[in-house]
Amino acid sequence: MSAITGTGIPGPRRGTRWLILGAIGAIFAVPIVAMVEFTLRRGLEGGYDVSRWVTVLTGDVGPEYRVLGVAIGNSLLLALATIVIVLVLLVPAMITVALKLPRLRRVLEFICLLPISIPAIVLVVGLAPVYGVISRAAGSGVWTLAFAYGILVLPFAYRAVQSNIDAIDITTLTEAARSLGASWLTVIVRVLLPNLRVGLLAAAFISVAVVLGEFTIASLLNRQNLQTALVIVQKDDPFIAVIIVLLSLLFAFALLLVIGWIGRASTRRTR
Amino acid sequence: MTTADPRLPARRGSAPTPGRDDAPRATGTRRGGTRFGGALWGVAPFAIYVTLFLAIPTFLAVATGFLDADGALTLDNVAALADPFVVSGFVTTLQLSAVTSLIGAVVGALVCYALIGTRSAGPLRSVIDAASGVLAQFGGVMLAFAFVATIGIQGLITILLLDTFGIDIFAEGVWLYEAPGLILPYIYFQVPLMIIIFMPALESLKPQWAEATATLGGTTRVFWLRVGFPVLAPSFLGSLLLLFANAFSSYATAAALTSQGQSIVPLQIRAALTSETLLGRENLAGALALGMIVVMAIVMTLYALLQRRAARWQQ
Repeated sequence: MSAITGTGIPGPRRGTRWLILGAIGAIFAVPIVAMVEFTLRRGLEGGYDVSRWVTVLTGDVGPEYRVLGVAIGNSLLLALATIVIVLVLLVPAMITVALKLPRLRRVLEFICLLPISIPAIVLVVGLAPVYGVISRAAGSGVWTLAFAYGILVLPFAYRAVQSNIDAIDITTLTEAARSLGASWLTVIVRVLLPNLRVGLLAAAFISVAVVLGEFTIASLLNRQNLQTALVIVQKDDPFIAVIIVLLSLLFAFALLLVIGWIGRASTRRTR
Repeated sequence: MTTADPRLPARRGSAPTPGRDDAPRATGTRRGGTRFGGALWGVAPFAIYVTLFLAIPTFLAVATGFLDADGALTLDNVAALADPFVVSGFVTTLQLSAVTSLIGAVVGALVCYALIGTRSAGPLRSVIDAASGVLAQFGGVMLAFAFVATIGIQGLITILLLDTFGIDIFAEGVWLYEAPGLILPYIYFQVPLMIIIFMPALESLKPQWAEATATLGGTTRVFWLRVGFPVLAPSFLGSLLLLFANAFSSYATAAALTSQGQSIVPLQIRAALTSETLLGRENLAGALALGMIVVMAIVMTLYALLQRRAARWQQ
């Protein structure tokens, strides 16, 4: 666990560290500051006020922005459905391969990392006819997009869960539990899932982040989600769109911060 | 990803290396044979799922490039890849990817270096991890808005430069909505991605190596030149390739910045897809998709080779 303190690896001096982080941080803050400044502008006469923020935060944006509310709902639903796909389809396959079909490990890894090599814009060319079939069979509900999103998050979810599986020595744990008389159900629920919670949580949060930010597939398959709605709203009222962008970025930041922190807290406890 | 291995309870000190431990696992396979039905239930649903939503779409995307409007086999669409318009699209996309991945990799690695010695569970790392995750994964459309607000015609920096210094960044025309305008937004998501994927490699440097160097009388400089850089080189190049692939395949930022432009290949695919009323145009998207897949396959093969090399030191 030496990497935690990192005392061994010669790092930068305190001053150098803060100089690097400060300079790069400041540059990266500029676009965010610019967005905030933009939302506070008071139109042609100049000056600043917070009236638009009040409008958005009190939910008093008028019916023409209802599309945005619907879209946010759609994106959250999709995030949830994608997590379900990861938990129900990917995780059992990974556990099975780790325990019983180790020879398939390389194949599974290859399949899961494949979506990194296939750009979403390429996938969408082939998804269009597939979704044509789905629309006829199951309707054109927005939730069906989750099937495509499950593929998009595969590499991230796989990495998160696999690094956890590698770290806990799943075979020994399972054999120990089995030799003590535990049923397979007990092994999965009381041994594997608790030990994999950090990986599963990480997989879930990265899925949420990817789904909430997804634009390519939704836009080209003509489904409405947060990102496609933002592009539409931005054409009418860029100020409202930028406020929503800032709020979404803040929400995603808080989400990643909290879940990262939970992951660390649980790791510490295990140790 | 963010759960970089060092933070996990890796009691055995290292993760098992795939392929090297076939011997002990063979027992598991034999015993698993009695419950093969159970194993099938775990894997089959996933296999069906990836067939339907990954294998078939990929096959269709590439196959349509070889079909004409009536569904007959043709090489016309593939031949269209040699069209100067398409070629310039590929060249622009490759240049954009190369420039932004290089800058992103160097700046991102610099941030990772600055983070050496900070606690991985500490507040600083938590904030940087989360912020990197947001910008690298969540960006797309929103980054386009951010840069319109920053260096758009009415952007904060545009106006600041014009009013204060009399510099008109758009003196030679508005470039934000063309390919050069994509460079800054792309760097804005490349640097955070580099931090996410390169930090674990940096953390895999073993303190013992530094101690060994010190014991043998080496300085910090010697450690980096003789141990650190050589060990990290494959990881760095691998990360660079991932960034390249990331830029090459991104679509959202460019699409949000320009609703008509066709400067880069992903935007050309959009144009080919959305104007499918034009006869035969639909299948040009397939040919463009094929071209993108070929480039991605080359990049990712190189990446896989480098990863194998990088893994040597991460055991």
